[in-house]
Amino acid sequence: MTPLQGCLLVSALLFAIGFAGAVTRRNSILALVGIELMLNAANLNFIAFWRYGAHPEALTGMMVVIFSIAIAAAEAAVGLALIIAIYRHYRTVNLDEIKDLKG
Amino acid sequence: MSWPFIIIAVVTLFAGAAAMSLRNLVHCALSLVVSLAGLAALYLTLGAQFVGFAQILVYVGAVAILIVFAVLLTRSDEAPNQTVLAPGWFAGVVVSTVVFATLGWAALNSTGLAKETPPVPETTVKNIGDLLMTQYVLPLEAIGLLLTAAMIGAVIIAMKEEPLSNSSRSRGNEATSSGISEPPHVGSYETKEGGRS
Repeated sequence: MTPLQGCLLVSALLFAIGFAGAVTRRNSILALVGIELMLNAANLNFIAFWRYGAHPEALTGMMVVIFSIAIAAAEAAVGLALIIAIYRHYRTVNLDEIKDLKG
Repeated sequence: MSWPFIIIAVVTLFAGAAAMSLRNLVHCALSLVVSLAGLAALYLTLGAQFVGFAQILVYVGAVAILIVFAVLLTRSDEAPNQTVLAPGWFAGVVVSTVVFATLGWAALNSTGLAKETPPVPETTVKNIGDLLMTQYVLPLEAIGLLLTAAMIGAVIIAMKEEPLSNSSRSRGNEATSSGISEPPHVGSYETKEGGRS
């Protein structure tokens, strides 16, 4: 197994863990944590392909990961603010109990 | 495959699995910190120093603290007494297993992947800064705009609702008729008076 394949396997397993957590847990904060894990798995793929790819001196994968980290930070901030607003309205963060669109 | 890579990868994956499976949400957040720091160490072993330290700054420093704050503000820090899994959890586990099997099969059987390990490329912060200021200057500006908009939006979303609706209502009243005194103030004042007399 080459190092690139090792990186890809680690990334695939991390993505699967994040997906399973985001889908199976009841708490909405943990769903957001699972999404963060999936984003990080994608970042690991970018770095691995940059390191073992054709033109590493162009720094393309690295730039994508830098921008992706910034976007993930914005997503986490807005998502957690939404969760806090929903908690203030429904008094719960349980995803099964948040059913109504109309408050 | 070097031994440091394997050790760091195992720690990262176990911490990630713990972050997704523990009952107490504070423990989940702490496991997430370990997992994200392990990912930063993986970036460092792969030769991407700048991204590794940016990962530590942004994820371990900011996002994890944000998640801990959200856990504490929504009072979900004690372990729930009912089940923590959603009703359709078995289908979710099956789908994620299928996803991992597909991705792993593609990674192991793909013929287009590079076989040899190239030498570590020369990446200094000066190179990254040069590229950010020349070739990627438009995405950089867009990211700055996005971060500003997300920050303002997050503050507005998480702001308390009552003062906002109160002020907008009084502003509307000014346009139509002269002011009505605010109900919450009067109520609190009256109960205080009643308690004193």
